[in-house]
Amino acid sequence: MATSRQAAGSRGDGDKYSVLLPTFNERENLPLIVWLLVKFFGESGYDYEIIVIDDGSPDGTLQVAEQLQGIYGEDKILLRPRAKKLGLGTAYIHGIKHATGNYIFIMDADLSHHPKFIPEFIEKQKEGDYDLVSGTRYQGDGGVYGWDLRRKLISRGANFVSQVLLRPGASDLTGSFRLYKRAVLEGLIECCVSKGYVFQMEMIVRARQLHYSIGEVPISFVDRVYGESKLGGNEIVSFLKGLLTLFATT
Amino acid sequence: MTKLLEWVFGVSLLGAAWACVTFDLLRVSIPPAYREVAWPMPLYLLVSFGCYSLATVGYRVATFNDCDDAAKELRGQIIEAKEDLRKKGFKF
Ligand SMILES: Nc1nc2c(ncn2[C@@H]2O[C@H](COP(=O)(O)OP(=O)(O)OP(=O)(O)O)[C@@H](O)[C@H]2O)c(=O)[nH]1
Ligand SMILES: [Mg+2]
Repeated sequence: MATSRQAAGSRGDGDKYSVLLPTFNERENLPLIVWLLVKFFGESGYDYEIIVIDDGSPDGTLQVAEQLQGIYGEDKILLRPRAKKLGLGTAYIHGIKHATGNYIFIMDADLSHHPKFIPEFIEKQKEGDYDLVSGTRYQGDGGVYGWDLRRKLISRGANFVSQVLLRPGASDLTGSFRLYKRAVLEGLIECCVSKGYVFQMEMIVRARQLHYSIGEVPISFVDRVYGESKLGGNEIVSFLKGLLTLFATT
Repeated sequence: MTKLLEWVFGVSLLGAAWACVTFDLLRVSIPPAYREVAWPMPLYLLVSFGCYSLATVGYRVATFNDCDDAAKELRGQIIEAKEDLRKKGFKF
């Protein structure tokens, strides 16, 4: 690793990766995910910045982010908070506006998406000059941790139905660990209107519709250890509604 | 064309072909044996698709990777991260 650490921040191909981290009550997770991001970006030597978009978390996530900014510097950690909880979709739009990278990573801040996969995403993207690279739990070495049989069944079932109805050309529709070319993300996000899980699904379906190329990287998804899930109980109903909407409109 | 239209189009095409054979709509005197085979086809198709779906989903649930190692690795890294962050002056 010594040689690659030497190369930190100096892979001179002019590419910069902006990581959008939307947070809501992630006080415990944020320092850990940032530490891991710094570690794996540092080791692989790509240029990067981390943009934290906190939606007025009552648990003090923003103060945590400020501490981290003090440690890692204002060029690496950018804070773009909003006053109240306005949802994920607009959080991304808000984040992109302030991103200076030509590539953008989207991932959850709850440690279910591990930064160790970032170099693989980047290599994959370069390999086929893909417009977007999507993490997949359903292929190769991908998988999950902490899911019971019921959750696996719902996940696989929902994925199968979506695959049959939408034929999107990607195996993980609802995953939200993805790498985009900046312009591609900007264009996509403007035309996506769904909420929750369906938002990620709409992004990839519209990507296919607009003939963007999609690469995939198997990822392990470890269920959050700290904090609470923000998606409510009527997940399945809203998922089906969203699926049918996409079925009829794309 | 939306996915919905694609489906409507595909299903009507199949349905038309099926009706042509089963009811000999084109009056080309299809042998009755063929027509008898064709008649219950939609049901067969439906049932086999159902079986295929169940088998596929079942197989995928059974072979869904459990990433125990990833979880273990993450737990280790969390401890490491907390130590390192404290050293750097972070207050939890
Ligand atoms: N800025 C912002 N971030 C949000 C909002 N809702 C969720 N998030 C963040 O988006 C990411 C994904 O949210 P989660 O609650 O983990 O959703 P999930 O991954 O589908 O559900 P889990 O199974 O609980 O992990 C996390 O980093 C959240 O902190 C929001 O309204 N605004
Ligand atoms: Mg999550």
